[in-house]
Formats: sequence, structure tokens, C-alpha cells
Amino acid sequence: MAKLNLKVNHKTYSVDVDPATPLLWVLRDHLHLVGTKFGCAVGACGACTVHMNGMALKSCQLPVSAAATQEITTIEGLSENGDHPVQKAWLDIDVAQCGYCQTGQIMAAAALLKQKPNPTDADIDNFMSGNICRCGTYIRIREAIHSAANLSKK
Amino acid sequence: MENKTSRRSFLKVSSISGGGMLLGFSWLASLKPTEVMGAATGAKDWVELTGFIKIMADNQIKILSPNPEFGQNVMTSLPMLIAEELEVDWKKITIEMGDYDTPRFKRQFTGGSQSIRAAWEPLRKAGATAKWMLLQAAANQWNVPVAELMASNGTVIHKSSNRTLTYGALAEAAAKLPVPTNPVLKKSSELSLVGKSQKNVEGSKIVSGKSLFTMDYQVEGMLIAMAIHPPAFGMQLKSFDATEAKKMPGIKDVFDIEVYKKDYERAGFDTRSFNHLIVVVGNSTWEVINARKKVLAQWEPIVESKEMVNSFGRKKEETIPAGLESSDKHMQKMLELQGQKAKVLRKDGDPEAAFASAKKVIEKTYSAPFLPHNTMEPISCFAHITEEKAFFVAPIQIPDMMKQNIVANLDVPADKIEMKLARMGGGFGRRAYGHYIIEAGLISKKMKAPVKLIYTREDDMTNGVYRPAYIVTYKAALDANNNITAIHIKGGGIPEHAVHENRFPAGAFENYLAEGWELPSNITIGAFRAPRSNFIASAEQSFLDELAQAIGKDPIDFRLELLKKAKANPVGKNNEYDAARYMGVLELVKEKSKWATTPKGTHRGVAAYFCHNSYAAHVVDVSMKNGQPVIDQVVSVLDCGIVVNPDAAKNMVEGAVVDGIGKSLFGGLKFDKGVVTQQNLNQYRMIRMKEAPKKIDVHFVQNGIDPTGLGEPPFPPIFAAVANALYKATGKRVYQQPFINELNKKT
Repeated sequence: MAKLNLKVNHKTYSVDVDPATPLLWVLRDHLHLVGTKFGCAVGACGACTVHMNGMALKSCQLPVSAAATQEITTIEGLSENGDHPVQKAWLDIDVAQCGYCQTGQIMAAAALLKQKPNPTDADIDNFMSGNICRCGTYIRIREAIHSAANLSKK
Repeated sequence: MENKTSRRSFLKVSSISGGGMLLGFSWLASLKPTEVMGAATGAKDWVELTGFIKIMADNQIKILSPNPEFGQNVMTSLPMLIAEELEVDWKKITIEMGDYDTPRFKRQFTGGSQSIRAAWEPLRKAGATAKWMLLQAAANQWNVPVAELMASNGTVIHKSSNRTLTYGALAEAAAKLPVPTNPVLKKSSELSLVGKSQKNVEGSKIVSGKSLFTMDYQVEGMLIAMAIHPPAFGMQLKSFDATEAKKMPGIKDVFDIEVYKKDYERAGFDTRSFNHLIVVVGNSTWEVINARKKVLAQWEPIVESKEMVNSFGRKKEETIPAGLESSDKHMQKMLELQGQKAKVLRKDGDPEAAFASAKKVIEKTYSAPFLPHNTMEPISCFAHITEEKAFFVAPIQIPDMMKQNIVANLDVPADKIEMKLARMGGGFGRRAYGHYIIEAGLISKKMKAPVKLIYTREDDMTNGVYRPAYIVTYKAALDANNNITAIHIKGGGIPEHAVHENRFPAGAFENYLAEGWELPSNITIGAFRAPRSNFIASAEQSFLDELAQAIGKDPIDFRLELLKKAKANPVGKNNEYDAARYMGVLELVKEKSKWATTPKGTHRGVAAYFCHNSYAAHVVDVSMKNGQPVIDQVVSVLDCGIVVNPDAAKNMVEGAVVDGIGKSLFGGLKFDKGVVTQQNLNQYRMIRMKEAPKKIDVHFVQNGIDPTGLGEPPFPPIFAAVANALYKATGKRVYQQPFINELNKKT
């Protein structure tokens, strides 16, 4: 066990956990930030995507000790009122079916737009192919990312 | 016409949705005048009308959604049916998921694409009943005839005297009135909410990561549990040593559970893969994951056993064979059994004579492997069993049917069961099998604590209730003039075949034979989005494509010709489908895809199918890029009658198309001596965004027919539309799923 300070969504949390614990489980079990989802725990589905220093990261793959001094953002911290352009576009296009993967998709999309404010279809396909949607909402996700890019310009 | 459902698939998926039983029932029997909410919420009084509607004096209106939600959007579309007749402003009301409460809701079952179809009349009646009572209450108060009143936006209006009263002001008086038995429903021309797209009522919660799913549920003092099941089908627990595991940090206990009691007579959805499990319980997920690795377990082969299953009143003894099964042996065995005698399912005319005198016979064999559901949210369940009650937060498609299982295996009286029906991170049939509710309950009982049982992805994939493995051979007899004189379908599967003997092309051929055989297995199987149809449509529609080509006909025109024949002079009496509606989707997909003018470089495949009372057709466009086939776009046509929430319905069809493309190209779970060989998503390929088409163009046939199924019908025909387009693009027919293997094979 180790005492660690975590910076999540601009707040500092103190946790006493096994330093090898994946960030995912610390977020969910200890900080009760359950918007970051558990899907596979092997970095293959993207449901657990968060931002570390603004970059998309699969939180199931990062030991919490490595996250200690970093700026972590989860879906709960992406915007104050759920009104980040990506979230707005998601609602506007009514992307979700079951909704379980969508927070990971949104975090990935937000990170993509930070890097590439005007992504092409190919940019989106490449960046987003680490996130699985079992319901098959890919067409709408693609559309929502374009729409969010336009919203951000306004 | 839309009531035609094969008994078999119906029983398997949706036995309780039989219209008669539901519609004959009074939905309003348990009318309670008031319900006082707890002090914590402000001690406000909700007046309840019809069990589905709650109204507060300040005119807050709440509608309860009765059916479990797993992405099919019924939590939005079912309340829309109530709101339509109630005459309330959709934007101003709140929607809440109903808890498990069968006496109140009568039908709490998500499966067989029946939610909207079964609710269409009763839920509109619930809204109309409440509206009638509110109107009557106003009439009494103003002492005017009810006919002079109208209801609009949550208000009753008396136009001639210019008086209005809100539903909130009327609710208490309304609740005391006698409940009308047969309120008048709006004519289809009067519908104002139904047919207009409304957004997912949980959309904002989903995009902001609110706790919605069972996996997210947490309470003070909650423990985390994980189970260890045998490493292979055909194995069982012999003994285990948990000494080291119990010493691990955060671990509360390690013990074994028997999921179902000996001699428990299983009901239709009580399938579970393994009955004897080791359970590790601790404070946090990571601690349990680590301790689980320290449990030393000894496994042994099972011996053949028998279990009584009462499948919706039909009792049968199910044999669970011993042995460690492998996919390659399965394939050998299936091919071998295809050559042996099978059970005749349907025979029209004299197919033997037709084949004996045939000038030419075309014969093709199709197969598909087991499939895991892989819902994005792995299996989980929260349970807290105390003396007072058995409380669950459960992701379950069939709350209606869990009662006897919970009562029998957890020794809980039925009236002490409380269950929150959490939004499910996907279902696709997997969450019709609620063994995990019993598992979580047993663990909570033993620990005397609130417990959340979590399956890892590996647990989820290796302790599954899979789509079966199937094979089928289609054979056509042709005379000298290329007339098709007979059709023979012979199918088998592990452990069930997929032949729907009374579906198209049955009815279109004078001489027709359908046969099937089944091979028992110890690998557990169950419902998977459009059970059996999801395979047989692929084979049938690929074969029809090949037949059309062999006799030089356009694939759409060929199907239409057959359907025309089946419509004018159907052969046999038990045909399940409505040939006219079937033709309708093909004609519309032909028009919408501009079938006659295929662009250069585009290769097109078509397929259509009927299941779950609805009709679907797809045209898939493939082009070759760098020598590889790429699916560019899909045009889809659905005839599911009236569409309640069009944009959500469109989303569902898009999802089914993407899902079907993924399964057809990549889906397949393999077994090696009982062991699942792909145990996580880094070993099992699922469709990703770069493989999804750029565009899916969805159209609904507008025919004003009462709604039929939607969740499943668009799924089965996409497989063959893909196969037929791939053939056009590559010149190669694919017969074995997943198609990617055959595509990659060097010729």
C-alpha cells in the first residue's frame, strides 16, 4: 500500500492503495467517479478512456503510481454542466444506444479535437478505432465529432 | 397477418408476450390513490393514476417506464405511448424507470423485439384512461358534460366558459373515480407525439457519466465479489485451497457456492454454464482480482447428467454430455451429420421425385460458429439480502421471470423481492439469463452484507450463454429450362438447428423439404439477437443470390417473382410470412438504393428477411481499395408498421447493420478441449469504427399497421447482403462465417 496524491478534475485526492492498482479502479472504487467504465481491462475497448495532461489514455493500463503527479480528467470533469461541445454534439445527434461505451468515446473524441480541430473522416476513424461500441453507433459518433468540431468554431 | 411467429423461436425469446394474455388484462387493477414519498425527498404527495402515471398538485407529471432498457430506447418510446393519449407536454414531464413490480406493470420483459408491439395498445390505454378520469373530475367539479371538455398540455379546458384546471389540481379527485374499462383511443390521424422523433430521456446522464449501470452502483459497506468457474466446458470443481488467497489484503472471505439447488427444475431462462463456483469477496475490485489468482483449485471432468427443464410449460429432460469439446471436431461432426438422416420438419409435394428427375442440382453448405454476446458492460449484479428484504440492482431483460428462481434458490419469499432495473450496458439476449442474480444473492446471504458481483471480460466471455454453432445445406433442383422444381433445406446445430421450415422460400415451391438435426453439447447456449434467424437468413439469402445468378436473373427480381407466386398461390398452410409486406421492403430498397444504376466501381449485394413480425431488406455497397473489399454504404428498408420514435428507430437499424457486418466478417468463438480460446477483446475481433460503413441510409415502409418488432429484424439479413456484395466485388462466394477467413484464403 502507498499513500498517493491524485489530481483529478482539478481536485486533489489522497488515496492509500496498492501502487500497482490500475487508475481505472482507483477512479471507480476509491474516488467513486464511475463515469469511467470498465470494459476489458486489457486496453482493447476504450471504455475507460480518460485524459492525462490532455491526452487520451486507457485508464485500465496505467498503474495509479504513474498517474500521481499528472493532471487527470475524467468524464465528470470534461465540462462543468455536461456542455462540452462533444457532449452537446452527442446529445444533438442522439448517439447513444445502451450508452455504456459513450463516456470513453466522448473522452477520446475530445482529445482528438484538441489535437485536430478539423478532423477528416480518416482522422476520426484512425483515432477512434481504439474504442468499441457493441451497439454499433459508429456512424453517429463520426457525425457527432464533425458536428462538435463545427460547434467549437462558433 | 403480423401475428405470425414461429412457435419455437417465439417461446425461446418472448413467450410471455402473447398478445391475448396481455391485452385481456386490466392494467389498472392496482389503482392506488396516493403514494407518499419519503421525507428525504421533501414529503411530496404524488397521486398515482393507472400505475404508470404520477401527478403532483403543482402539475409535475411523471411517467414510469415498465420495460428494462438496454439501448433499444424503450425508456423513451414506451412512455411516449402513454404521453400521447394523456395529452401532456413531453418536454415538461419526467420519465423514470419502473422497479421490478409485475403486479403493477404486468409485463416486464425485454426480448423478442416485442416491447413496443406488446405495449402498443395497453400503454396507450393507460394514458387514455388517466386522461378520461381527469376530464371526468373536471366535469364533476364544473358540473358540465365531459363532452364539452378537452385535454391539452396537462390541462383540462372548458372552452365555452374559458375555464382551465391543471392535471395537478384534478389528480386527487380523478384518482377516486371509477376506472373506465375501455377508453377510446386516438385515431392514427390524430397522433401527435407518436411518429415524431424524441431524444433519449437519459441522454444527458449518459454523456456526463452519471451512475446508471449496475456496474456503477455503490453503497456504503459494499463488498466486491468475483467468481472462479471451471477453465473449460466439461469440467467441474473438485476441491480448492484458499489459504493464500484469504491472507491477501482486503479479502473478506473465499468460499464455494452451488448456484441452483439439486433437483431445481429450471425454467426457460435459467440456463447457467457452471453450477459450482468459488467466490472471492473483498473490499475493492483490484484486491479481489489479485487474491483470485492465489486460489488453488482442482478441476475434474463432468459425467453425463440430466436436468429437468420446464420451458414455458413444456417439461423436458435435458442431457448434458460429458467430454471436452473442440471447434474443429464440431465442424467434422456437423459435416458428418449432414450426411445422415434428419427429422423432417416440413414436406410439400414430392421433392424426392423432383430431385431424381432434375437436369441440374445446385447444392451449397453454410456454417457459422458460436458467438459470445460481449455486451460492453460485463455481467454484474448487486445484491443485499437481509431479514427484511432481498434487494437487487440487476441488469436483467426478464425481471418477470426471475421470481421462481430467486424464491427457490435464495429461499426468499416472493413478496420480499425488491429489484431496481438498472440501465443495461447491452443485452442482445445475454441478460435474459439471470443466474448472476442468484450468484450475487448467495454471496450477499453468506457475507450478510451488500455485495456487487463483477465478471471480468474473461469471465464474461468464458462463462457465456452463446449463440449456437450452425450448419445448413441448401439444394435446388433445376429442369432443362432452368425452372426451379424443388428446394431442400437440411440444417443442424450444436445444440440446436436454425431451420425455420415455414418461412420463405417455403410457400413458393411446389416441392419442398426441410429437415433438421441437433447435437447435444455441454457448451451453454441461449438467445442472441434474432435467435436462429441470425444464421439461417445468411444462408438462405446467399443461396437465393447464387440461384438467381445460376438462372440469369436479377437477385431482387428473382425474389420478387418467388414472393409473387407465394402471395398468389401459396404452397402449404403454415407459411409464417406476409408475402406482400416482404415484397414491399424489396421494392422500396430497390428504389431507394437506385439498384438499376449501380455506380462504376461499386459492387452491390442485396438480402431480405422476415422475423419478429417485421420485414427488412438491405443493399450493401462494396468497393475495392488496394485490393481489399471495403463496405462503403448500406441502404436499409424496414417494415415494422408504425414507427413510434423514428430517429431512435433509425439508430437501432444503423446499429444492427454495423453489428451484423462485424459478426459476419469477424465473429466466431472457438473452443479447444472445452476451453474458450479467445478470452478478451484483444483476442476476439469486434468491428471498429474504421470498418463501419460511411453511410447507412434507413427507410421505413409507411403503412399504418400497428407496430411490430424492430430490435432484431434488421440484423439477420445484413450477413447475406454483405456476402453477396463481397461476391460481386471479389468473385468469391463465402460460405463459412466469419467471412474474413475465406476472404483472406489464397485461391
